[in-house]
Amino acid sequence: MSAASPVVLILAWELVTRLGYVDTRFFPAPSEILQTAQRLLTDGTLARQVGISVQRVVIGFVIGAVPAILIGLIMGLVPIVRAALRPLVNSTYPIPKSALLPLFLLLFGLGEESKWAIIAVGTFYLVLINTMTGVLNIDPIYFDVAKSVGASSFLKLSVIAFPGSLPLIFAGLKLGMGVSLIVLVYAESVGTTGGIGYLIWNSWEVFQVPRMYLGIMTTAVLGLLAASALESLERLLVPWKQR
Amino acid sequence: MTESERIAIRIRDLTRWFLIKGRPIHALAGIDLDVRAGEFLCIVGPSGCGKTTILRILAGLDRQTTGSIEVVAPRGSAGSDGQPLSSVVFQEQSIFPWMRVRDNVAFGLRARGISRAVRTRIAAEHIRQVGLSEFADAWPHQLSGGMKQRVAIARALANDPHILLMDEPFAALDEQTKLVLQDELLRIWERSRKTVLYVTHSLDEAILLADRVLVMSQRPGRILRILDMPFDRPRTIRRVRSDARYGPLFNEIWELLRHNVARQPLAAEVPA
Repeated sequence: MSAASPVVLILAWELVTRLGYVDTRFFPAPSEILQTAQRLLTDGTLARQVGISVQRVVIGFVIGAVPAILIGLIMGLVPIVRAALRPLVNSTYPIPKSALLPLFLLLFGLGEESKWAIIAVGTFYLVLINTMTGVLNIDPIYFDVAKSVGASSFLKLSVIAFPGSLPLIFAGLKLGMGVSLIVLVYAESVGTTGGIGYLIWNSWEVFQVPRMYLGIMTTAVLGLLAASALESLERLLVPWKQR
Repeated sequence: MTESERIAIRIRDLTRWFLIKGRPIHALAGIDLDVRAGEFLCIVGPSGCGKTTILRILAGLDRQTTGSIEVVAPRGSAGSDGQPLSSVVFQEQSIFPWMRVRDNVAFGLRARGISRAVRTRIAAEHIRQVGLSEFADAWPHQLSGGMKQRVAIARALANDPHILLMDEPFAALDEQTKLVLQDELLRIWERSRKTVLYVTHSLDEAILLADRVLVMSQRPGRILRILDMPFDRPRTIRRVRSDARYGPLFNEIWELLRHNVARQPLAAEVPA
């Protein structure tokens, strides 16, 4: 069933364009987009742009997620750290990430670093807030067990807080991955000549509408692949969760 | 001094006040108690009488307001072998859902920094004792409630503490499972003869398991009476329940508690 809905949508779309109900300059037929895809796949353009984007997302995502998990765990475990950092997180979280791009361009220049930075920031908050919530949702009895056997703080973090919050950490990672792709396409609109975002924006500038659609669809496919990769990883790392 | 005369837990004039929504609550009032080494002592009392609080203070999870409470290690053993003073079996589901049975049982040993090889061996032995060898690699969600409490008991015993603290470990189980586990606990305990402090609200369970039953008053909790249980060991549920002394003992404890429970406002007894 999950495969049927996009197929029906695409077939309907093809039909209405063939029948001339919509302006094909703005809504090219799926078959036309497919032809563009074929061309860009054969000449290697698509693979190259996807490669650039994937690399940016992966690096930015890791830079954002790893410290977010660590800080989130500590904020969840230590009330005083939580009290100190929570206002900071709550006040900076709602700043639109797009508003930060000029700042990052200023700080890091037009190179890869500014893209990593904005993706990292987009990922960071969602993972951090989910990780902290995950720790706070762990039944206190598990910490009582740890305390009653004199477990060290490190053991509490690594053996209770981390595994116990993994289901919510993954919820945060999945949300963060979605935001990473949103932010990526935006970041690639400025000062770069590579990536899916560049492909979309450039196609718009030169009015190559089918290519623009191809870029948008590629982003969707990337999102789908990333989500299922994270879900596989979750199944691997959280085998104790009943599904 | 023989081992059975040695004092394992010494409590002197223990009091505990809580602040709940700004109101001071007097939970424990002047508890004095000596628990002998190797003794199985059950604490019964009305809900909220502070029986769990005594256990939590002993386990280092809570602190008294005044008074002293100590677990007395046998001479010469304290600190030398890293043997912990106490281990707790909690009333709710306390085994870690994200650890396999064997890692749950080995958790206390891991906290003490014992090498993987040694703790695997000790854990396997205690898993065998509670009859779960086939489930050593299972996840908790694959186990029944009774099996999970077996894991909790194995985890506490694997830690080889001086005293074992049990906080209504079978309260959440169905009646039949509870009977099986009580018999099993008796069997396991006969072998180790550890000092046990066992909190329960079940008079039957207290009579069945204990050497002595400590009856507490309602809040502020104080000791009403300590009664000796005359039944021979090794015990089984069947033998104790069919003993002529069982009924009178049950009635005696219930008489003590009844007046206390009756004094509570009805609203507190019967949840809406």
